Amino acid sequence: MTGSQGAPLLEVENLTTLYPVRRGLADRVARQPRLWVHAVDGVSFTLARGEMLALVGESGCGKTTTAQTILGMVAPASGTVRLNGTEIAGLPERQMRPLRRQLQMIYQDPYESLDPRFRVETAVGEPLLVHGIGGKPAERRELIVAALERAGLSPAEAFLARYPHELSGGQRQRVAIAASLVLGPDLLLADEPVSMLDVSVRAGVLTLLDRLRRDGRMGILMITHDLSTAAHFADRIAVMYLGRIVEHGPARQVVRHPQHPYTKALLSVVPARDPRVRSAPQLLTGETPNPVDVPTGCRFHPRCPVAVERCSALDPELRVVSSASHEVACLLA
Amino acid sequence: MSLLEVSDLHVWFDLPQGPQVHAVQGVSFALEPGDRFGLVGESGCGKTTTILATMGLLPPTASVSGEVRVDGQNILAGGEDSARGYRWKDIAMVFQGAMNALNPVKKVGWQIAEPMAFHGIAKGAAARRRAGELLEMVGIPAASAERYPHEFSGGMRQRASIAMALACQPRILLADEPTTALDVMVQAQILDLLARLSSELGLALVLVTHDLPVVAQTCGRAAVMYAGEIVECGPMETLFHQPRHPYTRLLFAATPDLYGAGEDEAVVSIGGAPPRLDEPITGCPFQPRCDVVLERCAEEHPALRLVGPGHEAACHHAERAGAS
Repeated sequence: MTGSQGAPLLEVENLTTLYPVRRGLADRVARQPRLWVHAVDGVSFTLARGEMLALVGESGCGKTTTAQTILGMVAPASGTVRLNGTEIAGLPERQMRPLRRQLQMIYQDPYESLDPRFRVETAVGEPLLVHGIGGKPAERRELIVAALERAGLSPAEAFLARYPHELSGGQRQRVAIAASLVLGPDLLLADEPVSMLDVSVRAGVLTLLDRLRRDGRMGILMITHDLSTAAHFADRIAVMYLGRIVEHGPARQVVRHPQHPYTKALLSVVPARDPRVRSAPQLLTGETPNPVDVPTGCRFHPRCPVAVERCSALDPELRVVSSASHEVACLLA
Repeated sequence: MSLLEVSDLHVWFDLPQGPQVHAVQGVSFALEPGDRFGLVGESGCGKTTTILATMGLLPPTASVSGEVRVDGQNILAGGEDSARGYRWKDIAMVFQGAMNALNPVKKVGWQIAEPMAFHGIAKGAAARRRAGELLEMVGIPAASAERYPHEFSGGMRQRASIAMALACQPRILLADEPTTALDVMVQAQILDLLARLSSELGLALVLVTHDLPVVAQTCGRAAVMYAGEIVECGPMETLFHQPRHPYTRLLFAATPDLYGAGEDEAVVSIGGAPPRLDEPITGCPFQPRCDVVLERCAEEHPALRLVGPGHEAACHHAERAGAS
């Protein structure tokens, strides 16, 4: 493994990912300038081994694009992604492939991420074949069984010959997790890992992820829209809005003492389980603006309930407030 | 006489081969004008089938027994002929994923006006005017009636499908997972809208969802469904603070809560899976997953019974099941 010993597991610095906007023929003939969507616009964070960071935000905020850029599925326009100290952003596929062992993805929908024609053994063993690990079938089976057990499917032998349709939603997601564990990754990217599952089994899958990062040398980047889940399971929360991280800090502190008006509004609309707890929902009008046409100044100012004049002119950067690890991008914080 | 009274509703589905699936097993509930009632449960518990049966919209492979009374009249008595007279005019529904089911080649206003003409409520300019008013009522400028669904955001499309359900001035609105695919901020806006409609128009609302906090914050009363039955029903506060069925208690404990986070309150999943509904169930359907099982539970099916004021539970030891 290359890279320095002391480097954090994952370092993302100033990451920017652009998507071109499709132009019609008329626009091209008229030589209209090409427009770009700033899906991710200068995102920085680090993740240590044994840690879980939740990237939280509404759809279109850039949280999934951030994960896809880290994975190398999308090339960044600028910025760096270092895994164990090695730069991986924009690496050509041939150099990226061996590194993929170290970072694995868990997708949202285990009904789609598993091939219905593959038995559990084939699905979990496929990454081993792709990476040429475990020469003999017996060796491979041992690794597959170990991964299934780690994913909480026990006894693993009972699951090997099953097809996805014979499994419940929670079991499917555990098979998908086993398939990402089988290579022994350092970093797991989990994109809404439980949002397709039934309430009664969600906690089990989240507890599994929690255990994996606590007892392993693994770090987990969880992408979610669910602040309650993030508050329960993550060490730190980064709130994204229109391609930027607007608040970032220890989970409990972000939830208890939010500093950014967007975080405050987002937290205020999370419904509580207890009917007696009535928060005062602070309904923001409208929806997240189009990322092609980002507002000037602070990108949240058109919807911000406390915006003042300079908010439309100055673009606030993330800066430390209260405690050392709590950062906010707001002029008024 | 209640506005809506569903009593002893059963639904069976025929399968291509093999036995029938008993999807809804004796569901009863009643609603008064302005009530906001939650129907909660996991996938496959029969909540959607219950409200589709209430609308008389189940496919021919389903057999239904029981009664659905609107103002005391059983609307299922004469099959499709009698149900059609009430559907949309008295009782309307916002389907799951309705926001994605708008016709992409028709203007939104036209789509809202169409059922009015069909049901003889209004037509032509009057229907168009009313479509505009309905859009205003759900928080969309009336001028947007001339726009197409793709010009709307997800939240606006969901508002438009609510406006469409309200086209014929129903008194009962059944909403199936109306906020599931939406962001939290938009979810809050839609729930706020539904609550406002129910208090301003006296609309009786049935909110079907798997999301307990959504029901807790929107509804006054709720029923928890499991394996086709209502296992507990009562005021929302009672369900949370004094649950009498272990499933209700465990379901709440499995739901992460923003306001419980940090107090090291564990979020615990419920082991096992719901029973198959194509086989007869002996004893309590929740017994294999329950954490307080008595001998009786495996043998005798517990009936829904009164355990407190307006509070019913189907558990043999409901008197102590709440204590945990």
